Amino acid sequence: MAFEKNLRSLTRPLSALILGAFVSAILIRIVGESPWKVAEIFYNGAMGSAYDLGLSLFYTVPLILTGLAVSVGLRARLFNIGVEGQLTVAALAAALAGIWGPQDVILNRVLGFAAALLGGFLWGAILGYLKARRQAHEVVAGIMLNFIAYGITSWLALNFFKNPDSQNPETIPLIDAVRIPAWSYFQSAPIGWHVLLAPLAAMLLWGFYRWTEAGWAMEAVGENPKAAREAGLSIAQKQFWALAMGGMIAGIVGFIEVYGNSGKFIVGFSPAYGFMGIAVALVGRLHPFGIILSAALFGAIHKGSLDLDFETEWITRDFAQILQAVLILFMSCATLVPAGIQNRWEGLKRRLYGQRP
Amino acid sequence: MTRLATRFFLVLGFAWIFAATTISLSAAPKLKVGLVLDKGGKDDKSFNTAAFLGMEKASKELAIETKFVEGTDDNAFEPLLRSFAKKDYDLILAIGFSQAEAVKKIAAQFPNKKFAIVDAEVNLPNVRSLMFEEHQGSYLAGALAAMKSKSGKIGFIGGMDIPLIRRFLMGYDAGAKSINPKITIVTNYVGITGDAWNNPPKAKELALAQYQGGIDVIYLGAGASNMGAFDAAEERKALAIGCDSNQNRIKPGFVLSSMVKRVDVAVYQTIKDATTSTFTAGTMRFGLQNDGVDLAFDEFNAKLVDAKQKAQIAQIKKDIISGKIKVPDYYLVKK
Repeated sequence: MAFEKNLRSLTRPLSALILGAFVSAILIRIVGESPWKVAEIFYNGAMGSAYDLGLSLFYTVPLILTGLAVSVGLRARLFNIGVEGQLTVAALAAALAGIWGPQDVILNRVLGFAAALLGGFLWGAILGYLKARRQAHEVVAGIMLNFIAYGITSWLALNFFKNPDSQNPETIPLIDAVRIPAWSYFQSAPIGWHVLLAPLAAMLLWGFYRWTEAGWAMEAVGENPKAAREAGLSIAQKQFWALAMGGMIAGIVGFIEVYGNSGKFIVGFSPAYGFMGIAVALVGRLHPFGIILSAALFGAIHKGSLDLDFETEWITRDFAQILQAVLILFMSCATLVPAGIQNRWEGLKRRLYGQRP
Repeated sequence: MTRLATRFFLVLGFAWIFAATTISLSAAPKLKVGLVLDKGGKDDKSFNTAAFLGMEKASKELAIETKFVEGTDDNAFEPLLRSFAKKDYDLILAIGFSQAEAVKKIAAQFPNKKFAIVDAEVNLPNVRSLMFEEHQGSYLAGALAAMKSKSGKIGFIGGMDIPLIRRFLMGYDAGAKSINPKITIVTNYVGITGDAWNNPPKAKELALAQYQGGIDVIYLGAGASNMGAFDAAEERKALAIGCDSNQNRIKPGFVLSSMVKRVDVAVYQTIKDATTSTFTAGTMRFGLQNDGVDLAFDEFNAKLVDAKQKAQIAQIKKDIISGKIKVPDYYLVKK
């Protein structure tokens, strides 16, 4: 039973993906490339070699975390669009802790991780406070806090900690010893043990909702605020925590970027991880494990489309972005799959199981 | 009926999509050149466009095979450079300082490939660094701006506050003061992130504000954002000086001149050297003496600059080349 239910929840996203691929194929044919070739490039680009797989993972990991961060908000019926700002603040916090902190490897990493969590938490908490206590709309406040986060972090980074040896807008780097070494399996892709933080966070979150009272209460507030209030739950308090917790999860992205990838805070390092996280969370149906799957898909698509520009004659960077957008558009419209296809699937199942499901 | 039609089109669509596409095979082994453009992209009418044109010229004149790609985000440069290196490209050109670290890493991994980078120095035995003496060109821009200014106030709008742009500003400042020691120079930057190079509305706002304050010539060093400031110049009937590519034609009559940075020449030269096996690693400098930087004078700004001013600029240029005028270089002053 449970298996069948899971299977069914997979059919819609899958058929959406197939439809999206079909429309993309038409577009590809129009510009004069072979869809087969493009599919092959996509596959090779995403996981053709250990290095490519590593880079897909590299994009997947932050998306898992931002997806989770957004999902925590959505489960409490809050649209946390401030994730981008939260991870930006966290990255700067991690970098500063790394620069200032003790240069002992373990201590430095622990401090950097704690700073990232705290930075994300703080920025999420401001949003939570504004929503819960000051009745600000979380979308407006979130967008504004994103701008403030960009402004403050760039100002701090470029005026006080700027890397004098580089033209790039970035802070001075951490010492090499504290940066997390990459696994040699992925060749030179920046993948080390830090990527495990993402599935770990997903697992913890899954446990949080399944077993803890706080998790249950947070969801109750989202599912039926009236009933929750009747039951004596403080809605404002749960909303605050949903946004602050989201910020904390987003903060891990900052740690991973600084310690696992660049070794410093680079202004504008995130290619909109926070915003992509919204789509990741929705496609993953807000379930922690669904989010892992959808983030993997998004990460692979992002990396795969990177290679299209390189491997084909007519597909440019901009066209690759269109293809990416088409796929994501269809994925996020997963519920709009024509009833016909759904019905046919039901019919097939009836024939297989010999009864109405 | 509609269902039938839908099916018909679906089948037709499938047939069309999966129809075989022709694959062309090239025979003669040619030098393969890969170009990785910065985020601004091929059509920024400035820096990346210049690089692209340099490669276009080379591919027309020399027996080479070329391919260009544009970076999507800061993390994309490394895989793109690596893809070129793995795909038997002989020479890989990276445009822009944001690729410095990626080039450092990939060039070390592929010691048999040749690399070149514009605007950054990477010291490896297989990398040529193409550096431009922007301060020299900016000195001329400053001198011309001071000659044209009636108010004694001139402006500067940079993309981002980075060493490269400071170098522009320092040269501009020195050039302007060489003509009018009491001149006032007002400086603004478009932004604090990479978007600053591609934000024409913000540049327009800044330019309008500067013109409002009595400034009558603005020197622009803001990549694709320059476009917005040119609009402002037209609106206020004032003057602006472009940079990187020759931007005189964009708003004839309002673009006083352009401090051209011949990225196209540098790119072409590097490709040509690779075809004749005279490619050398190390830093190659492009300044006034080898026409790597210059002020552009053409039919579009002919009416704005008179013969006397032109002669004066030519004299300053000669003096810089001969070493009689020392232009302060931010890169050296800083150290």
